[in-house]
Formats: sequence, C-alpha cells, structure tokens
Amino acid sequence: MTDAPVQLWGVAASALLVGVAIALSARAGLGLGRSLAGASLRALVQLGLLGLVLTAVLAQGQPIALSWAWVAVMIGFAGFTVHRRVPEVPGLGTLAAVAFTAAAIVTLGVLFGARVFPVNATTVVPLAGLMIGNVMTATVLLARRVVAEFHDKRWEIEARLALGQPSSQAAAPYLRDALRTALIPQIETTRAVGIIFLPGAMVGLLLAGVEPMDAVQVQLVVMYLVLGSVAVTTSVVALGLRRTLFTAEHQLRVLSHN
Amino acid sequence: MLRRPDPRPAASLPTADQTNAVFGFDEVGFSMRGKAILRDLSLEVPAWGVTAVAGPSGSGKSTLTRLCNRLIDATEGTVRFRGVDVRDLDVLALRRAVGMVFQRPTVFEGTAMQNLEVTGVHDRDLQRSALAEVGLDPDVFGEREAATLSGGESQRLCLARVLLMRPDVVVADEPTAALDQAAARQLEELVCSVSHRGVPVLWVTHDPEQVERIADHRVVMDNGTVVGFTRSDEDPAGSTDPANGAAP
Repeated sequence: MTDAPVQLWGVAASALLVGVAIALSARAGLGLGRSLAGASLRALVQLGLLGLVLTAVLAQGQPIALSWAWVAVMIGFAGFTVHRRVPEVPGLGTLAAVAFTAAAIVTLGVLFGARVFPVNATTVVPLAGLMIGNVMTATVLLARRVVAEFHDKRWEIEARLALGQPSSQAAAPYLRDALRTALIPQIETTRAVGIIFLPGAMVGLLLAGVEPMDAVQVQLVVMYLVLGSVAVTTSVVALGLRRTLFTAEHQLRVLSHN
Repeated sequence: MLRRPDPRPAASLPTADQTNAVFGFDEVGFSMRGKAILRDLSLEVPAWGVTAVAGPSGSGKSTLTRLCNRLIDATEGTVRFRGVDVRDLDVLALRRAVGMVFQRPTVFEGTAMQNLEVTGVHDRDLQRSALAEVGLDPDVFGEREAATLSGGESQRLCLARVLLMRPDVVVADEPTAALDQAAARQLEELVCSVSHRGVPVLWVTHDPEQVERIADHRVVMDNGTVVGFTRSDEDPAGSTDPANGAAP
C-alpha cells in the first residue's frame, strides 16, 4: 500500500472538501446537502466494490474471458440504468445495451485490432468501462431530448405524417436536433481539452508519475475512443428510437410522458 | 387548376365516386389506456358538400377525424374510405388523399414556400398558385418566415399545404378554434369554396352558429358516439348521393 500514489488518509482528507460543499449548500439554503452526501457515499461504496472486483479480475493468471464477462455485466447494468432514467420509452434498456455492444465492438475492435493496446485484463476492463460510462451519459441525454422533442413537437410531427411523409422523414428534424444535443458536449470537451482543463485520465497518469508526452498520447487515444463510441452509440439509439416511437403504419405512439 | 403531383402508390386508392359515402364508420370503437373514447359509432359521411360534426368537448370529434387518415386505428369496427377498409390501403397514399387541417395552425421552421416543400410538391408555380388560392399573395408571403405569420395566415398556409396535394377530401378538426372571428370567417369561406369545387369536407366544430353557416350535412356527437345525423339531399354540384346515413 505504501507505493500507492494516494493513501487512505488522503482519501479521507479529500472528503473534507465534500464537507465544505455541504456546509456551503446549507448556508445558501440550496437543500443539496443530503444529495451531496448521498452521492459521495455512493461513489465510495461503488468504487470500493469496483476495486475489489478489479483486483479479482486483473489478478495474475485469470483468463481474459473473465474480463470480457465483466464488460458484458457493465453493458447490461448500463442498459438497465438508461431504462431507469428514461422509463417513458419502452424497450430502451435493451436498445441501449445493443448499441453499447455495437460501440464496444467497433471502438475496442479498432484499438485492439490496430495493436494500440495489448489485449489483456488491464486494458480491456478500464477502456470498456471508460467507453460505457460516456456512452451511457450520452444515451440518456439523447433519449431525454427525444422524449421532450416528441412531446413538445407532437403536433408538428403529426402534421408531417398527415401530409403523407413516412415516419423516417417526419421524425428526421427532431432526431437530428436531439443527436446534436447529445454530441455537442462531447465535441466541446474534445475541443477545450488541454487549454481549459486537463482530463481525468491524464491527471491520473501524471499523478502516477507517467511522462507528460506519454500521458498525452494515452489521453488522445482515450478521447478519440470516447468521441467515436458516443457517435456510434447515439446514432444506433436514434435509429432504434425511431422504430420504437412509431408503428409500422407510420403512427406516432403515445409515450407515458404525453 | 392544380395538377396532382406524381402519386406514391395512390393507384390502390378507390377513385372518387359521388354515389358512395366518402367515409364509412361501422360500429367503430376506440379505446386508449383502457378508456373508451369512441363506442359503437356508425356513420356514412356524404361524398359531397360540407359535413359538420358538432358536439361537446370530449365527445370524440377529434378522434373521429384522426381515424380518417389513420393517424390512429380503430380498436373495434371498420373505417372505410370510399367503400374500402382503410387498413387495406397504402397508409401514405391515403394521407395524401385525405387532406387534414388541424385545430392548432402548425407551421414548420422556414419560409411559407419551404412549408409547402414538405408536401413533396416542388413545382414553384404550383406552390405559388396554392398560396394565392388561400388568399396569401406569394410575392408578399412566399419568403416570409412562417413563424411570423398571424394565426389566420398560418392556418391558411396549412390549408394551402393540403390543397397543394389535390386531396380527394378535406378533414378539418376545429380549424378556426384558435382564430379571431374575421380570420375564422375567411377560412370558412375558403373551405366552402373547396367543397363547391367538388371536394367533400368533414369539418369538426363546437360552434352551433358555425354549423349553420357552413354545413350541408350535420352530425351531432356525444359521449363517444353519433346521436344525431341530418343530411341534405340537395347537391349544389348537381349530382345526387343516394347513400344514406347509417347513424342512429
């Protein structure tokens, strides 16, 4: 443990900053104290459990299949999370899980196929985890935006259908807006990196003593991985949502939100 | 005279026939989330003139119109377009034949002319004729942003969009509900002139005075079904329509 870049007392000290945030929230009457404490505690428990699992998965001699099995669990849980956050869209969890799988195949396939990283437990699980976390956030953003657009613009969409447009054409302007909403934060993050902020992966590597240029190269690969996977996933989900939100007879389904 | 644009699989649609009802509803029911909105509704909508459907809010009038172009499907019974079950027709061709004007004037992003592009009719002259037909001077309104139009102008643009497709029938769901009296009268006159040219109109309203002004045939709805039907036998276009109303 003495070789670890951060000791347990360091984690405890950083938790004091959460205490500061809670105190400020109470002073300003924001009512966010419970949420801040809950989120911080949850992160502690989840990351602690993840550490235990990764220790087992990454242990010497473990088969690589165990890592891929863990990736499958992450994809399933991410799909369930998307379903829970946007319950208005039936079948969204399954659709998201399929899209996450497609994105994992494409992006990890490129990284491992081009031998950017070797295929082993220490690369498969972290890269897949990083990718899945980002695409899950983008998918929730996309789905929420689509639900809102289809609720607010229901009249417009039905007017287009009534003019004889097929559902793919009638939905296109609204799906396009939702896709832009989901992709723009990722594009902005990519654009601002290195000038306005240092990304987490790079900070972690620098703190761990990795040479700056090596850290930059890893960070670039990670950012391109995330950008590519978010684009693939949101496109697949948007296509799937279109099929979910209309019947085969080009009728707009009623969501529970409506 | 506007020419019908190249039809999609419109050949499968039944041809206009003054002797048949334009729409037939046979013991139609519609339920959503377990709630019955239409029940045991039977009606024959004459193939000429303006058929006004009146009734209190929640009586199922708007639902009736949405069945005509299959924005929704009946959960019971059969809806017919010129004698053919609408479920046997190509739904996109049916929607181009059944021109629909909604209660809320719904314009899309872009200019008035760009709104007409949505119909798939790209002929500039036809688009200008359609605007002129509804009293919107194409030189004045053609390049105006649709979002800047008044409620009455927007609704007339919606009617122009429908007329550009040369529909076999116009279905209007309380199209004057959001308009002032002058704009409402203007729209009534426009739609009546369309019916005088031989295009039947199904017009939903909650205004009894409007029924008096526009209706050739009168349907009264309440509690999800037809409770009254009066049809005129005088066809101003000169043809007779022996089909009789099947409503109770």
